[in-house]
Amino acid sequence: MSVKRTPLYEVHKRFDPVWVEFAGYEMPVRYKAGTIAEHRHTRESASLFDVSHMGQVIVTAKSGDESDSAAALEGLVPADILGLPEWRQRYGVFTTAEGGILDDMLIARKPDHLFLVVNASRMKADVDHLQRSLRETCNVRLVRDRALIAIQGPCSEMAMKRLAPEVAGLRFMDVGEFSVGHAKLWVARSGYTGEDGFEISVPSKAAIKLWEMLVEMDEVMPAGLGARDTLRLEAGLCLYGSDIDHTTSPVEAGLVWSIQKVRRTGGSREGGFPGSSRISFEIENGTSRQRVGLRPEARVPIRRGARLFGDAAGANSVGEVTSGGFGPTVNGPVSMGYVGPSSAQEGTQVFGEVRGRLVPVRVAALPFVPPNFRR
Amino acid sequence: MRYTKDHEWMVSRDGEVVVGITEFAANQLGDIVFIELPEEGATIEAGAEIAVVESVKAASDILAPASGVVTAVNDAIISNPGLVNEDPLGEGWFFRMEFDDSGEFDTFLGKEEYQLLTQE
Repeated sequence: MSVKRTPLYEVHKRFDPVWVEFAGYEMPVRYKAGTIAEHRHTRESASLFDVSHMGQVIVTAKSGDESDSAAALEGLVPADILGLPEWRQRYGVFTTAEGGILDDMLIARKPDHLFLVVNASRMKADVDHLQRSLRETCNVRLVRDRALIAIQGPCSEMAMKRLAPEVAGLRFMDVGEFSVGHAKLWVARSGYTGEDGFEISVPSKAAIKLWEMLVEMDEVMPAGLGARDTLRLEAGLCLYGSDIDHTTSPVEAGLVWSIQKVRRTGGSREGGFPGSSRISFEIENGTSRQRVGLRPEARVPIRRGARLFGDAAGANSVGEVTSGGFGPTVNGPVSMGYVGPSSAQEGTQVFGEVRGRLVPVRVAALPFVPPNFRR
Repeated sequence: MRYTKDHEWMVSRDGEVVVGITEFAANQLGDIVFIELPEEGATIEAGAEIAVVESVKAASDILAPASGVVTAVNDAIISNPGLVNEDPLGEGWFFRMEFDDSGEFDTFLGKEEYQLLTQE
């Protein structure tokens, strides 16, 4: 199978990035500045990310009544979709019948449809899942003619306002549609870095022009997937396939906040999603492991797959690291992983295995860096 | 200057060999955030994993170019690993060693051979 390219490939090439294959796409992992500089620039100013590999999906109700699609999606996702106001979005997960996670996504409610942004690696599976499960009530369409650009960082609003002044009216997790030239942009005030910013769906043929207009601004630099990963790790956000997958429940993953009260036991629309019995049970009774933040106490990064122990001799296994590396803003190593309840308390000392040695790690609050959203 | 296929450079000076990683290797790795070096005085065997370089993305092993004894290590790159990106051939050196067989130095790649290796 050949490697796919996003509509922005040609413009990236001009900046001569280091490339990486990610979910079947050839993507910039870093540009000339390097991951640490790109990361810091995002937290201090604004960076541009090509996230066109992600899946953009439109769900419409066959009845023509949009609330029918919202009700149908609640059959797959434990989030409150019917209660989501128009022009708002929220985070949700597709659950398995066993209460694991098939994918995580953002779900935007628009007047006549739902707009979902899903992970590149899960795009095909998600569309199949939606089409199969909702075939009687909904039409499900993968958007193939649009790129997706994220601008992230405290100067994002200043930059975007020059092109579409209306974006200043959006708060965190608001969505809107705005025209720039002849292009209609689908804009959400969100991102995956812990910073203020926008995720912008743009027609593919206008994507390079939009990228150029933004990247030429003084505040804005391009950033690759390397910085996207260190930013989301510091922000304590899950990477599907690493921190969450079909074996982890949303409760174990610390995503109970994405299951609104109305969908929990005792709520007016309780349950009704795959795996609801396990998930409801876990919300009431707790889990045998949970996702936590981990701060290695030395300088050595502790990466995905490292085993965690409760003692320096490595006799008592307590869990495993699912994401880890160097946090440029923290200026030290940061990790996330799963541990048992007796080790999950903030401040607990555990030990991570690195090249056969056990190094001390402190269980820490997530996120590692306070969020900077415009609420 | 001589080179290994594993992207290490070596300079012979007063019976010692200074070892570091090449500019090509440093660029490939990206920002280096953590380094582990061998102990001064350690006896090392050719091909053994004697040092570790961790970039933002991943950890890589540094292999002993030859058998011998480590005579000095560069503590500066432990406290400031970014030195290896900034000046891989100078301030970013890794360690010095004495080869068991001093004649071995000339058997490593010359500059042109190494350059061929990096231009596939």
